[in-house]
Formats: sequence, C-alpha cells, structure tokens
Amino acid sequence: MAIEVSVNGSPRHIEADPDTPLLRVLRDTLGLTGAKYGCGEGLCGACAVLVDGHAVNSCVTPLSAVAGSKVTTVEGLETNGRLHPMQQAFLDKGAMQCAYCTPGMILGAISLLNTKPAPTEADIVEAMDGHICRCGTYPRIVDAIRLAASRQAGNRPR
Amino acid sequence: MPDYHWPPMAQRRVIGKPVSRIDGPAKSAGRAKYSMDISRPGLLHAVLVTSPHAHARLKSIDASAAQALPGVKAVHLMANPGSELQWEGAEIAAIAATTEEIARDAARKLVVEYEVLPWVVREEDLSKAGDRVKPSGDQTTGDPDKAFAESDGVSEGTYGIPVLTHCCLEAHGAVIEWKGNSIEYWPSTQGVSSVGDDLGQQISVPATNIHVHMDYIGGGFGSKFASDTWGAACAQLSKKSGGRPVKLFLDRATELKIAGNRPSVFAKVKMAGKKDGTITAWQSETWSTGGFGGGGLNADLFPYVYRNVPNRRIKHSAVRINAGSARAWRGPMHTQVSFVTCAAMEDLAARLNIDPMELFAKNAGYTHKPDVYRSQLEIAAGLANWKTLWHPRGDSAKGHMKRGLGIGVNTWGGGGHDSHCRVTIHPDGSVDIELGSQDLGTGTRTVIAMVAAETFGLPVNGVRVRIGQSSYLSSGASGGSTTVGGVSSSTRKAAVNALDELLAKVGPALGAEPVDLEATGGRIQVKGNPAKSLTWKAACQKLGVSPISAQGSNVSRTAAREGLNSSGVAGVQVADVSVDIETGIVRLNRLIAVQDCGLIINPKTAESQAFGACIMSICGALYEERIMDQATGRMLNPDMEFYKLAGIDDIGEIIVHLDIRPEHDKRGVIGLGEPPVIGGIAAISNAVANAIGVRVPMVPLTPRRVLSALEERSA
Repeated sequence: MAIEVSVNGSPRHIEADPDTPLLRVLRDTLGLTGAKYGCGEGLCGACAVLVDGHAVNSCVTPLSAVAGSKVTTVEGLETNGRLHPMQQAFLDKGAMQCAYCTPGMILGAISLLNTKPAPTEADIVEAMDGHICRCGTYPRIVDAIRLAASRQAGNRPR
Repeated sequence: MPDYHWPPMAQRRVIGKPVSRIDGPAKSAGRAKYSMDISRPGLLHAVLVTSPHAHARLKSIDASAAQALPGVKAVHLMANPGSELQWEGAEIAAIAATTEEIARDAARKLVVEYEVLPWVVREEDLSKAGDRVKPSGDQTTGDPDKAFAESDGVSEGTYGIPVLTHCCLEAHGAVIEWKGNSIEYWPSTQGVSSVGDDLGQQISVPATNIHVHMDYIGGGFGSKFASDTWGAACAQLSKKSGGRPVKLFLDRATELKIAGNRPSVFAKVKMAGKKDGTITAWQSETWSTGGFGGGGLNADLFPYVYRNVPNRRIKHSAVRINAGSARAWRGPMHTQVSFVTCAAMEDLAARLNIDPMELFAKNAGYTHKPDVYRSQLEIAAGLANWKTLWHPRGDSAKGHMKRGLGIGVNTWGGGGHDSHCRVTIHPDGSVDIELGSQDLGTGTRTVIAMVAAETFGLPVNGVRVRIGQSSYLSSGASGGSTTVGGVSSSTRKAAVNALDELLAKVGPALGAEPVDLEATGGRIQVKGNPAKSLTWKAACQKLGVSPISAQGSNVSRTAAREGLNSSGVAGVQVADVSVDIETGIVRLNRLIAVQDCGLIINPKTAESQAFGACIMSICGALYEERIMDQATGRMLNPDMEFYKLAGIDDIGEIIVHLDIRPEHDKRGVIGLGEPPVIGGIAAISNAVANAIGVRVPMVPLTPRRVLSALEERSA
C-alpha cells in the first residue's frame, strides 16, 4: 500500500504496510536516523518527531496515521546550514551528553513552544517529563528551553 | 627532556574555561551517527532468540521452518541440544533477514524443546537460597565484642539495595560486514581499541583483520566493554550470508535481562559508639548476587570510606541465582557499600542522639583523607543550610508533609589508563589529533581538543580530533573514570613533542634558540616578545612539504610520577527531601554534591557529568529496581514502563560544587565519571529516615516501602 506524506518539506510516496511504525520508515526506508529506537513502546521519547507541529513517539505511530501530514525530524530543522534556535540553545547550554535522547528532546521542546511560546518552568517540566535522559542532563535541558523561548520572544516583532 | 607539565593555573588560556562540546553541533543537528544508525548496501537485520526459562536444558532445536521463510538469509545457533541454560534470556540463536519483521517472524518459527529445571531467582531471603549460598570467611579486626559491651550506644539495622540494570538508551549491538579476510565492525562499545581483539578471540580471526569504527555511543555505564556472544553471532550471520552486512541490536526487553546489571546487597549491620559520637565498632553480615556467577561484591570495602574503625567484624556471602550476569556498573560496588555504611552511621547517630553531620565529621580520622572530608562536609552543610533545616530524627512539624536531610559519602580512584596519541602538524597549519579512544558523552573529544589547543596556543577549533577507529594508536577502554586522565596526558605529551619539533624548525627564522620560543595567541614568538613572532600558519609553512608527526603516551603504571594525572578523590552528598506520609511519595527538594576532582580541564562538561551522576543516584534511590518473580523465574519489568528511571519532574534542584583548589589542581587530572554517582542513594535514604522518623530498610524508596516502614513503627 502507498502512503503520501511530507517529510522535512519534501513529498514522499512510501510503499509499506500501513501498520509499519513511522520510526522504522524514517530510519530504514528514508535513512533519517536522527529519530532513535529507545524502548519501542512510546515511553522514553528518543523516537519523537513532529507531526503537523506536535511531538509524537514515532515507534508507536503507524505509518497510516501520518498519511497526508507534515512530518519533521531533527534533520529537517537546520536552515541553510544554520541550527534551529532550539538546537543552538541545547548546544549553548550544554544540554546533552551521549545525546542519544537529544533529537527527541529538541523536537519535544519545539512542540512545546509551538503551543506555549512563553512556557513556565512547570510547563517545561510537564511537557518534557516523557523524555528520558539516562545521562541525566535534565537541569540544562530546562535551561536550554528557557533560553530558546527568551530568544524567540526577543526576535518576535512587536 | 621536554616539559610536559600542565601550565600553571593562572597561565591557562583554554584549560579550565567552560567550552561547548565540539561534537555538539553534530549531535544537536541529528547528524551524529551512532552504531545503531549505520546502514550499508544490502544490510540484513538480525534478531536474537532467547530462553524463556530461568533454568532449562535444551532438548532439541529445529531451524528448518525458520530458515525456509522467504527473506531469511542466515540462521546461527548459539546453544546446542544438551546445553544448560541458566537464566531467562540466555542466547539460543540469531537470525538474519532482509527486514526486522521477517527476522522476528522467523524467530517464532524456530522450534525449541526445553527440559525445564528448578530455579532460584531471588536472593533477599538467604534461608530460601539453599545451596546457592557461598560464604566467604569472617574477617575480624580488633575486639568487636568488647567494644559493643563497653559502648554508650549500639544501633542495629537491616538494609537492602537491589539489582539494577544499566538501561543504556542505545541498546547493545553492532553492525558487522565480514567479507573474505576482512571484518568491518561498528559496535556500540566503551573500548574501541580493545573490542576488536575480543571479537577476534571469539570467532578465531586475527585482530589485525578486524576494523572497529564507532563515532558515537548512546550510553555504556560499564556494560559495553565486551563484543558479547551476540557480537560473535552477528559476525557469523554476515559470513553465512556471503559477506552481507548484518545489524544485530538487542530489543529493550532482552537488553534489560542479559546486557549487564549491578549486583544487589542485603545487610545486617550493628554499630557501636560513644556519647560524643566516636564510632567504636562495626559488624556487618552481608550477601549479594551478581547473577549466576555469584556475588560481584568485595566486602572488604566495609565500612565504606570510614575504613579504620578499630573494631570490625565482616561476614559476606555470594548468592548464585538464575538471572543475567552482573557487569561493572558506574562506581562498581561503591554505590551499594556507601548506602549500607552511611545508612548504618545515620542510624547510630540517631541512637546516640547526635547530629549525623557531627558524627560524620568527628570520625573523619577513620578515612584516608580526614581533612578533605571534614572540609567537604562543612561546605555541603553550608550549601544545604544544614544548621537551620536539620532536626533530630522525625520531623515534628504538623501535617502530612515531612522534611528531612541526610548525608552520603564517596571515594574513587581514577588515574589515567594506557593511552597513545598521534599529533600531526601539517605545513598549512592544520592539526590532526588521533587516538583509538571513544567519547561516551562525557566530553572526551572536547577535552582532547582543549589540551592540544592549550599546548599550541590555538583556539579549540584550530585542531581536529579524530577518535573511534581501531586503526589509530590504541587508547584504553573507558571505565573506572580513567579516560580523561589517560587521553589528556597522552595528548599533552604528543602535542608538546610535536611543538618542540616545530620550534626547532622555526628557530632560525626568528633568530632564536627553540627553548626561547613559545606558542601563544595563535603565534610562535620569542618568549614574552610578540614583536619577534610568526603566525602559527607562517611558522608551519617552514615545514616545507613534510608534516610533523609526533606521539605521546600515558602509561598507567608510571603516570603518577609524571604528575599529569593521579587518582583518589573524596566527595560528600547531602539530600533534602519531603515525604508525604499519607501517600508514601518521596520528593527530592535538593541534592548537593561536593566533589574533589583534581585539575578540571572543561568545567562545562565536568559539571554536566556530576549533574548526571547525581540524577543517576536519584534513580537508584527512588525508582530503579530489577524485579524477579520466583513463581515464573522471569524478570517482571523488562521494559521502560515498570523499570523506572527519573524523569525531568523527579529530580528537584541539583547543586554541584566542584572542589577546585590549588592543592587539588596540583594533583593533575582525575576522572569524574564514578564518584558523584556513589553517595546520593545513601544521602536520600538518610534524608527520608530523618524526615519520617524511621528507617525504610530497602531502596528504592517506593511509596509502598515508605508506608510499610511507617506502619511497622506504629504497630
């Protein structure tokens, strides 16, 4: 069965079983390995991608569920070789160690700012609690999201 | 003799400054390729078939139906009829197919018959472990019986700390391509220079034919040194499928069952002391399991840090159970022994009715670093506002929320592992640094770049670091907090050697002897005289067409004499918790870590590592536990739903105080991976006892355990 989906701005025509996890399609069919396999049950957030601007765990999202949608992976965030402000904030704050969880964290954080551009610390903690970092970089992840939010607010036309 | 010493603190331009990790852009952009991300033309996907029984004999195995499934390219048997399988998850076979789905379908078609045998999978009750218990001899020092009889107070307690798994987010596994005589090997490993030899031994291939590649790793924590049986199976599948590349990574459930764990410890401890808080006796009876291999604990570590308590009796037993084997787990043995010791000390302080901060400080003479521990306890007490917030055991405040403080201590070795580095200075001024090392996320790449940049007077981005290939000079595996000491020292020596060669070449052009030249601010100049200088690039042009290639080595055996790295650190953790005595839920308010760590190369990554270690100790204190079921012989929580790790909402405030002082700095570089993970569990357990007025004997401190402890006290 063929499914049409936009991935990082490009239309894609994917021949696969509609029940195939989106993560498998991204990694094995499209070679987009930024989304990681962590737990396979939607419980760690390593596989998070944006579907129409909202973070979903792609390991438990069937391909059929994203038909006609816009999927954004971490590889789709840079523009003209410049990091997305959230990627830059994670870098500036040192909010990563092994960084296996980082792509999912960054996409989860972008999803949060898409709905709440000026999140409180409680908002950040609530939104990011489903993302596991085994290296333990959480305090700096909160800092990075605050930094990205404040930079975004500073750049917004008044 | 070249001068390899670290520049004095005041003269450092790069070392000691917070530098963003040099691989950060690749990591945040998603360009960093982990071994699990590697794809090759014609890649096959493999899965492992494992035993569902805790103890069984393999009667027969029939792979014909699996082999016949379209898309299946190779089946490799890992156990044979007659094999005795000693734990759930023991390896039976590996199957490679064109897709992972086909490989999983084939796994279900593998027909395996087992003769199920009796098992033991729990160790907390020694009386039920029967002949699985192997006692080691009692050790007695001084006269504990007399000390107990003559003391002012005796405390007794039981304590338990369970088996944990490493739960690396990137599971164990590899991609392997075995073509002819040559094996390309992309493992997820902590030992780029050593894992190829390990694989070679398993599959009888010379190590020279095995080429290891690993740019990024998604966590190891002590569990990823070996190539493992599944690494060998992956290689065999590649060979059997005519040299096609094969990817075999464990799924989460298998990862948690067989890819390593931290041994448990159960303890009965009796301590005695005088009214003034002086500890006079320690007696412990402990047992632990590290899986089918037995114990995995060195009871000589008791009592932890406070080793020289004069009267001691130590008794320990190892328990063999039918569960996956232990591996080194960040701070091996220390987290458990610290927990048992510091909990017993807190209980003694409560028995003697004195402030535990006083008891920990008063007895610092029993440690190997009395002054350091006393000063760190004072710093930690200050940061925690201990004098204001601490109260005798049991928070007397009204209401159901009880607050408490507690202490844990740590010590660790460190030092620098054997490491060899090659530095190349090219005539165009570019610099390559190569080592067969690996960056576990600790910031190893960045530290290497900083050391070279410091030596050459260049910015950090003026040098290029290459690691992750076995073709580079060998560098030790990353374990025991030995990496930063090893790679910083070998890089420093290689860079100094290369610079000396460069200075010899440019001396004539500046009309100066090489010893009178220095590299600073992107220039080679006569010492202290920028007027007589060449830019780095102009200086390198003097090389003509021949690059400089120089080496440097750190040899762990002799490194201590050279002063670039050393070992032996101390640290103190203080936890501040609030406990809801109606629900049993423990919330961490703050965890404070004061850590001695020698010369800090990059405070930005060092502090991050200490944060992470603290958070890992919170996981162990409040959430993580492998739960085995004696009825079925199985692990009940081989998943990330019930094998719980702390999330961002669970950690409270983490305060890290890196104890940077000239006298510590003089000791050279000392690794920071293990020490701050050690004392946190003890600190949190002690804080909960202080809050609710009763010891919860077993960690993690789940609501059920907290409520049971409260209930027993009221009964």
